[in-house]
Amino acid sequence: MSEPVIIVDHVSKFFSLHYASGIKELLFHLPTYIKEAKRKRFFALNDISFKIEKGESFGIIGPNGAGKSTILGLIAGVLKPNSGKVTTKGRIAPLLELGAGFHPELTGRENIILNAIILGMTKNEAQSKMDRIIDFSELKDFIDQPIRTYSSGMIARLGFSVAVHVEPEILLIDEILAVGDTKFQEKCINKMMSFKKMGVTIIFVTHSRDQIEKICERVIVIEKSRIQKIEKIGKKI
Amino acid sequence: MISKASSNASCNLPGFHFKMLIDLNRQRLKYYLDLIIVLTKKEIKVRYKNSMLGYAWSIANPLLYALIFYFVFKIIMRFQIKDYSLFLISGLFPWQWVNNSIMGSAVSFIGNVSLIKKVRFPRLFLPLSQVLNDAFHFLASIPVIIIFLLFYDKYPSITWLYGIPLLIIPTFLVVYGFSLAVSSVNLFFRDLQYLIALLLTILFYLTPIFYTVKFVPEKYRYLIYINPFTPLITNWRSLFMRNIFNWDKYLLSLAYGLFVFIIGYLIYNKLKDRFAEMI
Ligand SMILES: Nc1ncnc2c1ncn2[C@@H]1O[C@H](COP(=O)(O)OP(=O)(O)OP(=O)(O)O)[C@@H](O)[C@H]1O
Ligand SMILES: [Mg+2]
Repeated sequence: MSEPVIIVDHVSKFFSLHYASGIKELLFHLPTYIKEAKRKRFFALNDISFKIEKGESFGIIGPNGAGKSTILGLIAGVLKPNSGKVTTKGRIAPLLELGAGFHPELTGRENIILNAIILGMTKNEAQSKMDRIIDFSELKDFIDQPIRTYSSGMIARLGFSVAVHVEPEILLIDEILAVGDTKFQEKCINKMMSFKKMGVTIIFVTHSRDQIEKICERVIVIEKSRIQKIEKIGKKI
Repeated sequence: MISKASSNASCNLPGFHFKMLIDLNRQRLKYYLDLIIVLTKKEIKVRYKNSMLGYAWSIANPLLYALIFYFVFKIIMRFQIKDYSLFLISGLFPWQWVNNSIMGSAVSFIGNVSLIKKVRFPRLFLPLSQVLNDAFHFLASIPVIIIFLLFYDKYPSITWLYGIPLLIIPTFLVVYGFSLAVSSVNLFFRDLQYLIALLLTILFYLTPIFYTVKFVPEKYRYLIYINPFTPLITNWRSLFMRNIFNWDKYLLSLAYGLFVFIIGYLIYNKLKDRFAEMI
């Protein structure tokens, strides 16, 4: 394998657990407020390092609250590390939550355009891929209905269909296959396999060991904000 | 294809040509333009889909205010202002843009949780789409002002052709500046949303919209003029009512506009990296 496309280098990320309150706290308890803010830090990731190579499929598993989604957020660039550095190369399709930015009042078709552009396509690209996206989603007659009338599985289908047509170089997937029915899940797995063949780098977060073993070459187990181990699928290192 | 490499990814590859850089930037610009257009269109569409009377509503609101102020100040208080109904609407329509954008932008980020949390794109386009949406509605309401003019036997003049585009610039700057600040800060202190409604009401009364600057006693006039909206709104009004474009006021409003925009942008810029974790 060639050069790494994602480098996570001694990354730590903490969240401050204050702010939830409001202006009242800030105004009347300013000194304690600042002290508390410093103290109530929660390290979601503690000194994490790994490299992912181009074309690799990389799994992340671990218990709830371990920091998996936080890692994907850092790679997607929506979160900034407090220390360390995340470097990425190439167009990223974040399938962190299907249909991010969908608007319930707009139709499926209108949402495809909106979502596709938000995910990085130009308008022309989006329009030329429209038919393929609709085909893949199998939503046929519903495509011109407002998506507030869709079931959650239907929304997931639409979201997945748009995301896979972005032609990503890096695909981030965070437990999104759970809502689709078995047939659609299979279709998604197949799509991921074909991406894999095309040399797309895939990072896959799931609780299903089966799915990881089907797709990934390597998997990291993350627990309590740290990497516990990195395994090669099939044999442990 | 747009390369969405993270900010840390460096571009100093060997053999990296200047021309590539220009092409890349042109594509990125094109992409950003598409993004702004599609987000703004969404705002407009949603506004129209939610109510059958979309356009009518955006006009009915300032007209209703005009009616109330007319009743209170002309009929009850006997204000001596000529063509008072025209006077009111030519200030209330631009104010509607200001008010709706700043109020609306309070939820620009909060209302787009899934986007902020999951996708990386320039977040400042979200309040921008709000501001452009209201700008669009303001422009669409100008024919109503013309109808009022005709009613008073007045006509728009050639001055409008440059006056309107010129005045849009400082209005946009000041509104977008406030919107950036409000939308960003509101993520950190959710109460701001309620505070802002109050502040806008106060600002409304401190802006000569239903009265003229002349009404204000000399020693309080500075209060009216430290308000960035004063030169703006009074200029819009004199343009609509009397076809007069005041350059002094214009330059003042432009200075205010730049100032507010820069402050707003700096606040946004300072806070933007933490949006996804605050939401
Ligand atoms: N914005 C935030 N503010 C404060 N704490 C946060 C924030 N986001 C995540 N956390 C905390 O960081 C930890 C890791 O969260 P993360 O979402 O990465 O977990 P996860 O491994 O994806 O879990 P799951 O399997 O449930 O999806 C959790 O304890 C969570 O409470
Ligand atoms: Mg998660």
